[in-house]
Amino acid sequence: MSILVDKKTKLICQGFTGHHGTFHSEQALKYGTNLVGGVTPKKGGQKHLGLPVFNTVEEAIKVTKANATMIYVPAKFAASAIIEAAESKIELIVCITEGIPILDMIKVKKILKKNKSRLIGPNCPGIITPGECKIGIMPGEIHKKGSVGIVSRSGTLTYEVVAQTTENGLGQSTCIGIGGDPINGTNFIDCLELFFKDPETQSILMIGEIGGSAEEEASEFIKSSKINKPVVGFIAGVTAPPGRRMGHAGAIISGGKGKAEDKIEKMKSCGITIANSPAEIGKTLHDKLAR
Amino acid sequence: MNIHEHQAKDLLKEFGAPVPNGFVVFNLNEIEKKIKSLGTNKLVIKAQIHAGGRGKAGGIKLVESQDELIKQASNMLGKKLVTHQTGPKGKIVQRLFIEEVSEIKKEFYLSCLVDRASSKIAFLSSTEGGTDIEKVAKEKPKKIVTTKFSLCNKVSEEHFENIVGIFKFDELQKKQARKIIDSVFNILIKKDASLVEINPLILNKSNKLCCLDAKINFDDNALFRHPEILKLRDLNEEDPIEVEASKHGLSYIKLDGSIGCMVNGAGLAMATMDIIKLYGQEPANFLDVGGGASKEKVSAAFKIILSDKNVKGILINIFGGIMRCDVLANGVVEAVRETKLEVPLVVRLAGTNYQEGKKILNNSNLKILSAENLKDAAKKIVDVVK
Repeated sequence: MSILVDKKTKLICQGFTGHHGTFHSEQALKYGTNLVGGVTPKKGGQKHLGLPVFNTVEEAIKVTKANATMIYVPAKFAASAIIEAAESKIELIVCITEGIPILDMIKVKKILKKNKSRLIGPNCPGIITPGECKIGIMPGEIHKKGSVGIVSRSGTLTYEVVAQTTENGLGQSTCIGIGGDPINGTNFIDCLELFFKDPETQSILMIGEIGGSAEEEASEFIKSSKINKPVVGFIAGVTAPPGRRMGHAGAIISGGKGKAEDKIEKMKSCGITIANSPAEIGKTLHDKLAR
Repeated sequence: MNIHEHQAKDLLKEFGAPVPNGFVVFNLNEIEKKIKSLGTNKLVIKAQIHAGGRGKAGGIKLVESQDELIKQASNMLGKKLVTHQTGPKGKIVQRLFIEEVSEIKKEFYLSCLVDRASSKIAFLSSTEGGTDIEKVAKEKPKKIVTTKFSLCNKVSEEHFENIVGIFKFDELQKKQARKIIDSVFNILIKKDASLVEINPLILNKSNKLCCLDAKINFDDNALFRHPEILKLRDLNEEDPIEVEASKHGLSYIKLDGSIGCMVNGAGLAMATMDIIKLYGQEPANFLDVGGGASKEKVSAAFKIILSDKNVKGILINIFGGIMRCDVLANGVVEAVRETKLEVPLVVRLAGTNYQEGKKILNNSNLKILSAENLKDAAKKIVDVVK
């Protein structure tokens, strides 16, 4: 078991024939992901990487029976790509693209509400179930099958945490990057809910950062949840100055809200163990589990 | 992206909201010519900088004659203005906005923004106009009404009533308020603003509503579809080094410490700053090199980091995903040679091709300290700058 993606996931790629789409589709295939085709408007009927290219998501689903899509479409067009996927009723949409306008995302969220698709991202590294399915830009080889569920707002910091859990002999059930944008498709609570229900996931790492209040809401959720799995957290940005956007569109302390200290305080008060050092996240979880 | 008050007022006017008559000047000579457009000598001079708290800091002055106007304007133009939002360095005033004085009967607060938690549009309205809204939120939260609704083309009658309810307007005032709320909403939707704030919105002695001060921020990710907004960008308001960094695709923010950082990815870059502090030093900057790192990019990053004279050492922390560590290592070696780097350099490589990357650094015969992991990297850089 794992969450959202596994060996059975049938994946297509939107923006398939572009530079990023091509590179990461190759990487996914190499990892063993069941990639069954891709979409690039006006290139339908061609073959790319030995797989069929379709004009629309709908056509691709009809022929390949795909249930997941990964989006490597430029920011200008990414929102319409997500909407197209959602309206084609695909189960899972993973959008890697960074820089989508926030009003476009509000529109996307409104449409997602009416459809059953789940969106991961945008502005995220993607999702991986080690040894089974890799959808995204993360380096596959640092992962190891195991029991830790990882959910994070970051990209490379997630890799750091993955490597630490692997070094500590724990391994991961599924790792999800929910993205660094202020508005995303799947949030911490969605992932925690799934991890709590997944028998293979025995502990959870939650990696947050400054800005917004998603970590605080997730902490409340954990506190009120009946299922009890150990959760270790880390918040990046203790040293971030207020009022400045720290790389990610969503990473900003504004009007005194979204500070790392407040998030850490809240998480602690809801029973989450906090790793003080980003170098000791894996060890903190390992020690907690050994106790 | 931020714009000046006078630009925000121009936009409000364009979208049908009432603002006081006024004009902007960049030098004293312009005043004499432009003042003829106003019908009174009772004027207010407002320093145009991208920061609040101008009134208390002396950046807003009332005058009653043209002589006084010139005198006060010359006291402000080209001078430094320090407010609680500018930091101790302050900002140089390079333009003034001169407008007719308004006779204030009542002050209100009105803003429209994108609410990230609910993915909705939100209006904030309060009777506590003219003060810091964050202070109101803390001290008198009941004095702020929040109205949230899904993305739509128009503010509905019901939502409008909810927004203005707290103002206790009569029918005539409501009619004016409707126009203002529509303008504010349309700026947000049509120009991809992330915040439109009128503070204060006033009722003057002739019972007219008017936007006395305005602040508008725009979504950087949407500027590609608004070249007319991008034209309003004032580079004088931005740190020249941060502007230079953005030209090289680097996201850089200067801080006050002594250890320069170069990291791939925003989250890891913040975590790297945090661990430096944890080991007893302070980071000199946030710097995200993004997904690629050629010699040119690394050289540019070195130059930018070293333009800060407080920097005593540099820590490069790379976890290669898309970025290959061997490509980065070559970039680092060439950049160290090209820039004749003199401060200590610690490099930590992990992820894609890290072993090849380490070999390149070790074989370079340069004084580069290689770190095994994040902890080792933080220890090493803190030790060498001591």
